[in-house]
Amino acid sequence: MSSNSFAYNEQSGGGEAAELGQEATSTISPSGAFGLFSSDWKKNEDLKQMLESNKDSAKLDAMKRIVGMIAKGKNASELFPAVVKNVASKNIEIKKLVYVYLVRYAEEQQDLALLSISTFQRALKDPNQLIRASALRVLSSIRVPIIVPIMMLAIKEASADLSPYVRKNAAHAIQKLYSLDPEQKEMLIEVIEKLLKDKSTLVAGSVVMAFEEVCPDRIDLIHRNYRKLCNLLVDVEEWGQVVIIHMLTRYARTQFVSPWREDDGLEDNEKNFYESDDEEKEKSDKKRPYTMDPDHRLLIRNTKPLLQSRNAAVVMAVAQLYWHISPKSEAGVISKSLVRLLRSNREVQYIVLQNIATMSIQRKGMFEPYLKSFYVRSTDPTMIKTLKLEILTNLANEANISTLLREFQTYVKSQDKQFAAATIQTIGRCATSITEVTDTCLNGLVCLLSNRDEIVVAESVVVIKKLLQMQPAQHGEIIKHMAKLLDSITVPVARASILWLIGENCERVPKIAPDVLRKMAKTFTSEDDLVKLQILNLGAKLYLTNSKQTKLLTQYILNLGKYDQNYDIRDRTRFIRQLIVPNEKSGALSKYAKKIFLAQKPAPLLESPFKDRDHFQLGTLSHTLNIKASGYLELSNWPEVAPDPSVRNVEVIESAKEWTPVGKSKKEKPAKKFYSESEEEEAEEEESSDSSSDSEGESGSESGDTGSSSEDSSEDSSSGQESETGSEAEAEGKRAGKRNSRLKRKSDSEDGEKKNEKSKTSESSSAESSSMEESSSGSESASESDNEPVPRKVAQAKERKPQQERHPPPKDVFLLDLDDFNPVSTPVALPTPALSPSLIADLEGLNLSTSSSVINVSTPVFVPTKTHELLHRMSGKGLAAWYCFPRQPCIFGDKMVSVQITLKNTSDRKIENIHIGEKKLPVGMQMHVFHPIDSLEPEGSVTVSVGIDFCDSTQTACFQLCTKDDCFNVNIQPPVGELLLPVAMSEKDFKKERGMLTGMNETSATVIAAPQNFTPSMILQKVVNVANLGAVPSGQDNVHRFAAKTVHSGSLMLVTVELKEGSTAQLIINTEKTLIGSVLLRELKPVLSQG
Amino acid sequence: MIHSLFLINSSGDIFLEKHWKSVVSRSVCDYFFEAQERATEAENVPPVIPTPHHYLLSVYRHKIFFVAVIQTEVPPLFVIEFLHRVVDTFQDYFGVCSEPVIKDNVVVVYEVLEEMLDNGFPLATESNILKELIKPPTILRTVVNTITGSTNVGDQLPTGQLSVVPWRRTGVKYTNNEAYFDVVEEIDAIIDKSGSTVTAEIQGVIDACVKLTGMPDLTLSFMNPRLLDDVSFHPCVRFKRWESERILSFIPPDGSFRLLSYHVSAQNLVAIPVYVKHSISFRDSSSLGRFEITVGPKQTMGKTIEGVIVTSQMPKGVLNMSLTPSQGTHTFDPVTKMLSWDVGKINPQKLPSLKGTMSLQVGASKPDENPTINLQFKIQQLAISGLKVNRLDMYGEKYKPFKGIKYMTKAGKFQVRT
Repeated sequence: MSSNSFAYNEQSGGGEAAELGQEATSTISPSGAFGLFSSDWKKNEDLKQMLESNKDSAKLDAMKRIVGMIAKGKNASELFPAVVKNVASKNIEIKKLVYVYLVRYAEEQQDLALLSISTFQRALKDPNQLIRASALRVLSSIRVPIIVPIMMLAIKEASADLSPYVRKNAAHAIQKLYSLDPEQKEMLIEVIEKLLKDKSTLVAGSVVMAFEEVCPDRIDLIHRNYRKLCNLLVDVEEWGQVVIIHMLTRYARTQFVSPWREDDGLEDNEKNFYESDDEEKEKSDKKRPYTMDPDHRLLIRNTKPLLQSRNAAVVMAVAQLYWHISPKSEAGVISKSLVRLLRSNREVQYIVLQNIATMSIQRKGMFEPYLKSFYVRSTDPTMIKTLKLEILTNLANEANISTLLREFQTYVKSQDKQFAAATIQTIGRCATSITEVTDTCLNGLVCLLSNRDEIVVAESVVVIKKLLQMQPAQHGEIIKHMAKLLDSITVPVARASILWLIGENCERVPKIAPDVLRKMAKTFTSEDDLVKLQILNLGAKLYLTNSKQTKLLTQYILNLGKYDQNYDIRDRTRFIRQLIVPNEKSGALSKYAKKIFLAQKPAPLLESPFKDRDHFQLGTLSHTLNIKASGYLELSNWPEVAPDPSVRNVEVIESAKEWTPVGKSKKEKPAKKFYSESEEEEAEEEESSDSSSDSEGESGSESGDTGSSSEDSSEDSSSGQESETGSEAEAEGKRAGKRNSRLKRKSDSEDGEKKNEKSKTSESSSAESSSMEESSSGSESASESDNEPVPRKVAQAKERKPQQERHPPPKDVFLLDLDDFNPVSTPVALPTPALSPSLIADLEGLNLSTSSSVINVSTPVFVPTKTHELLHRMSGKGLAAWYCFPRQPCIFGDKMVSVQITLKNTSDRKIENIHIGEKKLPVGMQMHVFHPIDSLEPEGSVTVSVGIDFCDSTQTACFQLCTKDDCFNVNIQPPVGELLLPVAMSEKDFKKERGMLTGMNETSATVIAAPQNFTPSMILQKVVNVANLGAVPSGQDNVHRFAAKTVHSGSLMLVTVELKEGSTAQLIINTEKTLIGSVLLRELKPVLSQG
Repeated sequence: MIHSLFLINSSGDIFLEKHWKSVVSRSVCDYFFEAQERATEAENVPPVIPTPHHYLLSVYRHKIFFVAVIQTEVPPLFVIEFLHRVVDTFQDYFGVCSEPVIKDNVVVVYEVLEEMLDNGFPLATESNILKELIKPPTILRTVVNTITGSTNVGDQLPTGQLSVVPWRRTGVKYTNNEAYFDVVEEIDAIIDKSGSTVTAEIQGVIDACVKLTGMPDLTLSFMNPRLLDDVSFHPCVRFKRWESERILSFIPPDGSFRLLSYHVSAQNLVAIPVYVKHSISFRDSSSLGRFEITVGPKQTMGKTIEGVIVTSQMPKGVLNMSLTPSQGTHTFDPVTKMLSWDVGKINPQKLPSLKGTMSLQVGASKPDENPTINLQFKIQQLAISGLKVNRLDMYGEKYKPFKGIKYMTKAGKFQVRT
């Protein structure tokens, strides 16, 4: 330290510094005596005395007064020497105020400022991090070029400080040094690179800010920190979030390929409005080869929660990120949040409305549902009103135009005339863009012509003129009406517009036009220039069409124009005269005069002023001003081919891996759910190494969690890597699901090997976890491999009953179905023959290991044989279809209910290419279709399995079952009992969970039935017949408990049957999903009560 | 980012300036004054004004313009949001944010601003952290400081600054541990001439005042969380828990803060608790107009409507009004043409009404629009959206806190078109 600062060498001791300061004072002060205002001088003199006193309180008072002077903008620079002495004061408040003073005036008094440097250098070594940080802050804020090397050194040291707060200040200092001396750029970039690696959320925002200011083009520095930044984002302070999101938006535009489909029209946009992320992903996967880079997805996913931020800037930043980089169908989520911001202060509203205006031009559908939020209030400031109006215009379409016009009518009457005028413009724009209402609007505007307010009338005239120009025919009446207005209206623009209109249509109003010209000739001299020009035009046009009546009039006007004061008018007069009045000198042009003056003129295009703003990144200053602001960083276009994604990979620090204990907490549940889909399919790929896939699944959930959990450095770095593999696998899994098994096996060995290596360290722990779950999943795998639908473990004791049940087949089952039923009972394996039973067992095991300790999916107690008709053979032209619920966990996705469809050809011809056509699913629902069946022989039948995510509702899934020639609309409505998966839990757990689901979440009913119906076996039989519930072992004879979770959301569904005195029983259902709960109650009640 | 800040009062004086980078001359504000002149009304001054070398971003609150000077591209909302945060902080520190208060406390203001920004980038904006760095002035502290010579400036880095819960300081102690939550809902509505709703939305907030010892971990659950589909949270709320369980789980900041704000949009049916019957007519020939309004309760769920104030901006042609209210007091300002009627409570048996005549400018034509009526009211113990807190639990600390929840419904921007 001492070697590289001469200042420090010269003044090593504090006392010495003070002395020097005093010396400096004495040398400098005479110069101050030449102050212009002597009164000021005297006042400052006493401040100086106070500063030199021994008492801290006097010094403090003086400093406070000085700060007051600075705040008022008065010059206090002559006090510099007196103030700077106190930089080493023990009193922290004096010190702070001296800092304030220094930062303000150091630039002007560079030599004297150097006196303070040594104090800061000492403070940089202080054990108190606040003092270190503030020393660095002040040191870097003193804009004195001589100390650049000292600053550089201090920044370097601070960037390695143990305290993240100091490191944060170092990041700020980088920008200050850069603005002071851009030469240091290279060195500073090194520091930035180092700080970018920092794991602290405190530093992230500041260093990205420094990056943006110093080297925004060095995108290569971001690669390796990209995933970390995405994962840290939620925990960074709000200001940092804004900066990081803006930077990452730019980054994404250079690194990923466009997720926008070319045919991504409006309708598509509207339809998929609320679709969830994965759904969209699946869809785009199907439609075309594009797959989103998992890193791209990571960014989109991790920013979504920030839409809920209280900080408007953060919400706007996320909104622009979604707008610029997410698939178009996903951008819909931002509209709600943006509309929420409209309740905020006027300034926030202004910016947000501007951005919405730009968005609403391109994608109407996004904001259409919020149309009414943009209705204008009379108390809004005018600028807000006009912006809202702009948005309303953009959103107008055939469907809502009548409501809007009614609303506009109120606006036109507004006392704010400027706004009323803007409304009229708006009506004009609506009229041109929506042809259906053009006439209505025109009529409305004509009515406004009789308004008493001149501005309104004038604006109407201008708009009518534009409208008429677009459809000039059959509007003679309006023109006549307007001609009458000329007597009363005085606004020049309106007068000019009317004259122009009459001139253009002079042949349609042959009687009026000359008369108008006559009147105008009278008042020509007193008209506005704009009007004069139009009078000249009118005269010329009439002269050409009706020279008999108007020749003299026109001559007169031209003579008046010749001596007009205005240059333009004289010019125009000369020009017109030459053109229309035939004389010997007139050239060839005059022959074409009529063509020139009365040519068909293109109608003006009424456009939104926000039309051309979309080339600026939303949410930026440049966008707001519609001018490129200095320092604006262009958003690049998507690259044609994505750059190598592997640059974002970070080596795993293996020793640092920390595994979350299995079933650690319930909080992790949602994250797990997200990944479990991938796990399952991954399992297909990785037969050989199930433990590795297991760890993968966990890592996925962990990375989702790191966002909130830790500042722990080692874990963070590894999680970045992990999340990548997790989501990579996910994408792979999806593709793999579509390919057939051969391919899978091939990739299998490779992937397996690769991943095995990675997960070696974790193997022991994850192995443990899977073995723990082994016992519970064992039974399942066994039953699966036996090709028997009846599982054993849970129902072992009660096995007799389900068996009994199955012997007498339900009445409504056809013989045919029974035949079909047996082959069906190897359900899961059918569509994907590559799945061997043992694999399924593994798969189940995996599934279990990730769910929490309480909710373990067990096997169904009973599988009903009831089938439902999907397509009758008569309406299906020979193709008949039935469906039933096999009550198996669906292999296509763990939010889906698996449904088996049995197809039978009852015709005498082969039916070819049976597949599922168009799906009309309610919002949120999704469906995994079966592979098309090439052909079905007469009398042949085949059973296929599909997965449907009903979103925990009993809404009907409509889709088309198509053959080669026909399409049949069919639908599946799930009984509520099939939306559940049975859960095994202990009585204790059951009671605990139930305790948490009281109040609103509880529904109950009393059931009355004969005592023989209340035997344990009867109850079990009846309940499981209706719903896919798992029995909970009960200690009491008179209480029967059943548990299940909903397939989509995994919410618990707890059913209790309490036998009471006599022949009554209390049926209680506890669930978060109260709707399903009550439906289930309704279904269970009659079943239990009947004999 | 933010170069400088100027505070300008309504008469156009710059009464405070602060620079975070090199000094920008205050003459830059001339561009602002120009724009102000053009806008005529303070509300219409554009928030973003470009000048040849700088950009001026301003917010207008408490009759003060806070003008930030920017030199390069920056998200405008970033600056605007920050300026609002500055105003909030001043209010938090001094109780009110006005020119005299800022002038009186200029040193504290300066110290606070110094901590809030470093080189134009926000450093500490959490009021908890700021208050530890610079203690807000109180009379007691001023007295103590002058006697003991201690200062308002803390010398340790606030613990919150480094922790994962930056909004809460450690070592909080209270003898009475209490947590109060206010559910306040505001109805924004436009009612048309015939009394039907054009648009209505509910904007709700839950403001909390939590004074609990130690590091309490609170969970708040609702009877009907489904209502809350459009929410924004204080950063302390664990978002994931909300996503999965619809439970608010958080370690609260110390003191008062806004836990969450939500928005129930027009799509859901919003109950309108009051109606206004009006007959306002101007006649072309005569110089007298008739004016009559009656306010009555509509869907109030059996609660009384209090604090009703009716205001209306009358057209320019109205010279004076002679009115008699059946209850409350009314004023009419002939200069601003603002009519205001402080009604008070609404008694459903005897509906308050305001009747009388308006004298119009002789000769002037009748105004083509009837004035809009703005309404303010309050309903205690009612959240109009039906939101209800189910329970509040505390983990992490042993003592039993005192808990309280209050509901209130207010009028937000409630307008009746006539």
